[in-house]
Amino acid sequence: MPNQNNDCQTCGKCDKNAREKNSVRNGMPLHTILVYSENISGLLSQITAVFTRRQVNIETLNVCASSTPGVHKYTITCYCDTEMAEMLKKQMEKRIDVLQANYFTDDQIYIQETALFKLSTPAILENNRISKVIRIHDAKIVEVNPTYSIVEKTGLTEEILSLFDSLTELECILQFVRSGRIAVTKSRIEKLDEYIQLREKKHAQIMEQ
Amino acid sequence: MKERITGAEALMRSLVNEGVKTIFGYPGGAIMPVFDALYDYRDRLNHILVRHEQGATHAAQGFARVSGEVGCCIVTSGPGATNTITGIADAMIDSTPMVVICGQVGVSMLGTDAFQEVDVVGITSPISKWNFQIRRAEDVAWAVSRAFYIAKSGRPGPVVLDFAKNAQTGMVEYEPAKVDFIRSYDPDPQPSDEAIKLAARMIDDSVKPFVLVGQGVELGNAQNELREFLEKAQIPAGCTLLGLSALPTDHPLNMGMLGMHGNLGPNVMTNQCDLLIAIGMRFDDRVTGNLNTYAKQAKIIHFDIDPSEFDKNVKVDLPVLGNCKTTLAAVSKLISPAKHNSWIQGFQPYAEKEYNKVIEKAIHPTQGPLLMGEVVRKVSEAANNEAVLVTDVGQNQMFGCRYFKFTKPRSVVTSGGCGTMGFGLPAAIGATFGVPERTVCLFVGDGGLQMTIQELGTIMEQGCPVKIILLNNNFLGNVRQWQAMFFNHRYSFTPMANPDYEKIAEAYGIPAHTVIDRQDLDDSIRVMLDTPGPYLLQCAVMEEDNVLPMTPPGADVDKMMLEIKE
Repeated sequence: MPNQNNDCQTCGKCDKNAREKNSVRNGMPLHTILVYSENISGLLSQITAVFTRRQVNIETLNVCASSTPGVHKYTITCYCDTEMAEMLKKQMEKRIDVLQANYFTDDQIYIQETALFKLSTPAILENNRISKVIRIHDAKIVEVNPTYSIVEKTGLTEEILSLFDSLTELECILQFVRSGRIAVTKSRIEKLDEYIQLREKKHAQIMEQ
Repeated sequence: MKERITGAEALMRSLVNEGVKTIFGYPGGAIMPVFDALYDYRDRLNHILVRHEQGATHAAQGFARVSGEVGCCIVTSGPGATNTITGIADAMIDSTPMVVICGQVGVSMLGTDAFQEVDVVGITSPISKWNFQIRRAEDVAWAVSRAFYIAKSGRPGPVVLDFAKNAQTGMVEYEPAKVDFIRSYDPDPQPSDEAIKLAARMIDDSVKPFVLVGQGVELGNAQNELREFLEKAQIPAGCTLLGLSALPTDHPLNMGMLGMHGNLGPNVMTNQCDLLIAIGMRFDDRVTGNLNTYAKQAKIIHFDIDPSEFDKNVKVDLPVLGNCKTTLAAVSKLISPAKHNSWIQGFQPYAEKEYNKVIEKAIHPTQGPLLMGEVVRKVSEAANNEAVLVTDVGQNQMFGCRYFKFTKPRSVVTSGGCGTMGFGLPAAIGATFGVPERTVCLFVGDGGLQMTIQELGTIMEQGCPVKIILLNNNFLGNVRQWQAMFFNHRYSFTPMANPDYEKIAEAYGIPAHTVIDRQDLDDSIRVMLDTPGPYLLQCAVMEEDNVLPMTPPGADVDKMMLEIKE
């Protein structure tokens, strides 16, 4: 489902069309898939291969250690229908060292993304609309020197893309990078912890036998 | 202080700990320390030297399929490892437990394009259940134990261990390891009581239930549970290619084989039943045909140990997760005895129709050249329908599986999902080691035989009692049949000039005989079965015979062709 109920933590400056454009493509909703695996080398390629084989493009991918020791968390976004998301989930969980994979629509998770813009300082000095745009979008200037300035923007993808579009129009971007989406669930239940507890209980049973 | 041994010897001890007795392998540079250690373990580990690494994997598969144990291969790095790829992929799709140990260059050489270095972990990742690069001797015991645990538990599959040379020669204070739990992997999921109850209710409510028996029944050793289940509620069943011997062929509730070249009744009735009960099968396209018309009228219950199979190809109404040995027994307890007489009788007209139009002509021809079907049935009966059937791929496989009869479990060894030509001969070798007390009959075509014909050398050296029935039609028969049916008889590179197979057998010291005339067939089969050790029986069969009936690819499951209209 497109994210209709999202209480968007926005500056209000990005337009609604852009947001909807991002949450659905070719009739496919944007899914965020959170995957947890043991910290074993080679798993990333196994996980991405699940997408490739089923012709699903990964839009963004972030991997880092999770709050559970020894467990890595993958935040992956892709456009696909719910049936495909379910298949991706099962196929990833089939890999031996994957603990859990779950898919979400935007209303079920708290989302954030960071972008860095390297801008030409002479361009900024020449055109005062640039600094206005930066201010309107609530972005932070973190470095300034005579050659370039670095602007950091944290927010939703749509907000970042809106800033990117505006700055592109103003012809001042030297470099641009987005971190890819990171997300935590809004649920009050920690599924991974439940799973690990369940498995530990089973381990204890096996040890007893 | 504990005894220090090399990683290579640690591998030997670990294999012995896992109960391995038979290994199929081929030495080479990067695995030499392991073969050196193996030299001292010849009394405990029977190493079979194959003639090509692909043969090692198929032999391990054949061994595993008939014995239920994990097949084991040891090969070298680079080409040795890449030669195992077909067998690994085959074992993956057919859920065969196998551990392949390949040599690898030393850790310091990894990634340098060293001699015979190949990224085995990268290549085998999508076609193995698990793989691991052993980089330190300290990891050998753990990795081997984990490999065998993963290969045989849950839905079985192939595991690859990429064994770096420095880890083979490195010294370790060996301590046996026992992996019987992996946090992220649940091979024995707890069945849900609710699903069991609901399944029982759906079965009780059904008037026209139909069971699809897959290899999962054999893998779960649930043959008895299946029979009790079927018999209590009198539910007719069809078997997939790999599930054929899970239920005796002549069991009154066995309606025959499913799929493209299966029997008419079970395929047609799939689209007439009101409840389809799939057990340990994965709705392969060769079984379902057109998914848009497949069993749309029926409710579907799917018993499987692998949750990723649910709703993969066919949407099911009720998934029942778990080992079917447990789930079938639990459902059997709850269901009420039933009869379903008229529903079962409904299969009869289709069986008769197929017999009259296809089967009788195939197994009891009175004139013309020998037919594959008659050879298969005669061999089966001459071996009291108790032999292990091994097939290659193609028409020999379809005729083999259609007309061989089964009375014992774990009796069919064939390459199902992968359809690997060249599978048959090495798989039959493996089967003779897996069940040395049983007769192993291989049906193979002239095409497939030549793909792994070098394994005749293994048969010669080991004296493996493989009964090779070569169905020679001078064609790549299955492709030729498709060319005739769908490509306007344009026989593009399917006719094949053949060598003198009797002479080849003779060169390997394997007794051989060629049958051309029908009246010689019975005696020739008798001689083959009575001759101890290996035997090659070449049957000069009709060149342009067709496997029938047939559901053309993508056609509806109930629209089988009983004849080919010219």
